Amino acid sequence: MNEFFIFFQTIIPELLQGTRVTLKIAGGALFIGFAVGLPTALIRVYGSPWLQLIVTGYINIFRGTPLLVQLFVVYYGLPDLGLTFSRLTAAYLTLGLNSSAYQAEYFRGAIQSVGEKQMVAARAIGMSRFKAIRYIILPQAFRLVMPSWSNEMISIIKYTAVVFLIAVPDLMGKAKMVSSRYFAPISTYIIVALIYLVIVGLATLILRYVGKRFETPGLESMETATR
Amino acid sequence: MPEKPILRIENLRKSFGGTEIIKGISLEVLPREVVVIVGPSGTGKSTLLQCINLLTRPTGGRIWLADREITAPGVNVNRIRQRIGMVFQEFNLFNHLTTLDNVTIGLTRVLGMKADEARRKGRFELDRVGLSDHADKYPAQLSGGQKQRVGIARALGMDPAIMLFDEPTSALDPELTGEVLNVMHKLAREGMTMLVVSHEMGFAREVAHRIVFMEAGFIVEAGPPQQLFEAPRSERARQFLSMIARSHNGADSPEDQRGRVADDATRKP
Ligand SMILES: Nc1ncnc2c1ncn2[C@@H]1O[C@H](COP(=O)(O)OP(=O)(O)O)[C@@H](O)[C@H]1O
Ligand SMILES: [Mg+2]
Repeated sequence: MNEFFIFFQTIIPELLQGTRVTLKIAGGALFIGFAVGLPTALIRVYGSPWLQLIVTGYINIFRGTPLLVQLFVVYYGLPDLGLTFSRLTAAYLTLGLNSSAYQAEYFRGAIQSVGEKQMVAARAIGMSRFKAIRYIILPQAFRLVMPSWSNEMISIIKYTAVVFLIAVPDLMGKAKMVSSRYFAPISTYIIVALIYLVIVGLATLILRYVGKRFETPGLESMETATR
Repeated sequence: MPEKPILRIENLRKSFGGTEIIKGISLEVLPREVVVIVGPSGTGKSTLLQCINLLTRPTGGRIWLADREITAPGVNVNRIRQRIGMVFQEFNLFNHLTTLDNVTIGLTRVLGMKADEARRKGRFELDRVGLSDHADKYPAQLSGGQKQRVGIARALGMDPAIMLFDEPTSALDPELTGEVLNVMHKLAREGMTMLVVSHEMGFAREVAHRIVFMEAGFIVEAGPPQQLFEAPRSERARQFLSMIARSHNGADSPEDQRGRVADDATRKP
């Protein structure tokens, strides 16, 4: 046991460096996913038929293919078309766009379960469509989307691990280096698993706290509403 | 009343797909007038109200609000809707907002009123519907009757030229309809112009200046309450109204119905 702690102390600084990269990629991907996913969902619900078709295609492509394939296409495939990205940019871009497709679906579900009647009531007091979405639909949709969004956050944190395959020095990438340097894969990957667990746990707690703060009586989230 | 109408509808038509729902309706509502529309389900009453505040586009005919033709091309529909209050059968309150904010959101976000001024106005409207004590509650914490009164306060907040009510009490338990009808009665006394779709016969007799009987997309007959209730010209109106009177008021005699709204006003829960 003592040996394990010494080993732990030796490798932890390097693993924490990797953790920082993992957190950055996860945060960036979730942000890109939100920034692209929300407008995508709005187009999916309120857009013209043509735009809806395009957006549905986009969502289906990203949800229907493996993340790793997407990563390789972006990093190894797109340079053939003259689009070259750094490893880190490719990681942000792939995970971000992938998440945007999922987030778009979650937001679409939330917007649709807010219901058309809320929109009609907002229009009836003279709100423009834009204001109705901004002040009536989205505040309710954000509350409803919390459980799915928090699942998406957990998924993205875990899926960042694929980026070591394009040699990004994230937690997983660092772990691979450390474990081959010390010939101690089991101890290393147990520690790595624990770090992922702690990140996911903390992130879930924070999100739950935020969700509680914005809770509205009678506006159950989709998960609790069906329970 | 030689006054100019607040609302004038001329030969209004509305089709969904190939089916014509409103088949040429003309109607005028004068200032301070209360018009109650009755008619079988699926007749186009809700569609008519939705056409009036342009929530659906009429396929034919014209509508004027005061002097302004609101069906004219290029009209700003958001501006028009601010001036037409709408009360829904299902209340449609904004679920994420408190009672007070349900009223003030239109004031601040549509009319651009300052927050504290909007709150003052919001409290005034809640007071009007008897809900000042519930300003900080959320819709889910209110009874159906209270929700509908918030719905009325929300519409009143915009100072509309006319209020449209689409079966405002038909989603309510019978013991809760009285509080909503009382508020509507009070508004009528205050001189609000109202176009009400309702089968509350007591309210219609007591408050309406005119009853409009609609069926299958047409106005079949219209006239003062006494005429429609006691001597309808059309057989259809006679049949329908007697059926409604039976199903809504049980064994009540017409004399009892007449006093119904007034009784509700003094009845304590
Ligand atoms: N958006 C719509 N699309 C297609 N048909 C509709 C729509 N709204 C209403 N209708 C049809 O119009 C008819 C009249 O409906 P409505 O105006 O709600 O009647 P009422 O309020 O008198 O019960 C119904 O047959 C209904 O199915
Ligand atoms: Mg109806």
